[in-house]
Amino acid sequence: MSEVVMEHAAEAPGLEGVVSDFSRDKQVFGVPWGKAMMWIFLLSDTFIFSCFLVSYMAVRISTTDPWPVPSEVFALSFGGDPIPLILIAIMTFILITSSGTMAMAVNMGYRRDKNKTFWLMVATAILGASFVGMQAFEWTKLIVEEGVRPWSNPMGAAQFGSSFFMITGFHGLHVSAGVIYLMWVAIRVKRGIYERRGGNYEIVEIAGLYWHFVDLVWVFIFAFFYLW
Amino acid sequence: MAHEEGQQHPIKIYLWIWLLLFVVSFFSYMVDYMNIQGFWRPTLILIFMFVKAGFIIAIFMHMQWERIALKLAILGPPAAILVLIWLMALEGGYIEDTRVDYYGESTFEPQAPPHH
Repeated sequence: MSEVVMEHAAEAPGLEGVVSDFSRDKQVFGVPWGKAMMWIFLLSDTFIFSCFLVSYMAVRISTTDPWPVPSEVFALSFGGDPIPLILIAIMTFILITSSGTMAMAVNMGYRRDKNKTFWLMVATAILGASFVGMQAFEWTKLIVEEGVRPWSNPMGAAQFGSSFFMITGFHGLHVSAGVIYLMWVAIRVKRGIYERRGGNYEIVEIAGLYWHFVDLVWVFIFAFFYLW
Repeated sequence: MAHEEGQQHPIKIYLWIWLLLFVVSFFSYMVDYMNIQGFWRPTLILIFMFVKAGFIIAIFMHMQWERIALKLAILGPPAAILVLIWLMALEGGYIEDTRVDYYGESTFEPQAPPHH
């Protein structure tokens, strides 16, 4: 943290603060640079996911074939009648649970509780990994049993497959990357690397921002792809 | 400066938001489970979606406690996506019309309970 920032400790509130934040000769955002960079990365990621979701909207509007009903396509039977969308609902709850454990990990980090931070991050990573596992199961079922391909499927509009594989695949990739990222930070927490740096656990919050974003994207995918 | 000690907030607020996200997710699943159709389906889906997204950004991602400059810089630009949605919806409708008019494809009319 540079001295320039500290100098202007008393910052103006409200819109006046916006003007002074941008116009004064100092760092614009009163946050650590790593956090500002993560936010800007997430902003760019927002546009990538938006492109996928908007193109999904465009092909769904423009097709003259019936769009497969997600409620039926993703139904799962546990012996009895198939329950609509049940696997997706479980995946949604798992991701929300992981978001909760991550928020707690960030909180524990700022309380400088090394062990709790570590274990909460590990729990988050395990939940994330189980999400990816369920997604692998879902993909396998769709490809092997239902015969869905990126270019065709037996249920209706061919665009269903390409939209599905692109959107959920890209999201699954983000979750997988997040699991690796979280484990990496968690191990460094455990080894006391941040403790030695004066108990600065900002990195946990930055990793948390990424993880919450992955959950956030799922909220939109769940609404637009699975429920709509 | 607020960030000298990072974003430190009571645990209680996280637990409440966590619970709330569970409840709202349950509601949004119920929209499908109870097979709500027509006007209320997209309306409820969008309401629950924005409530969840809002709480994740505001509380879990700590946006509510950040300065307005950061809020505007991060949350402002995605508004441009609305224009893209509008344009692509127009384009999608136009392409569907040309497919019907020039390729003789028939428009799909959604029926109440589909096959299976």
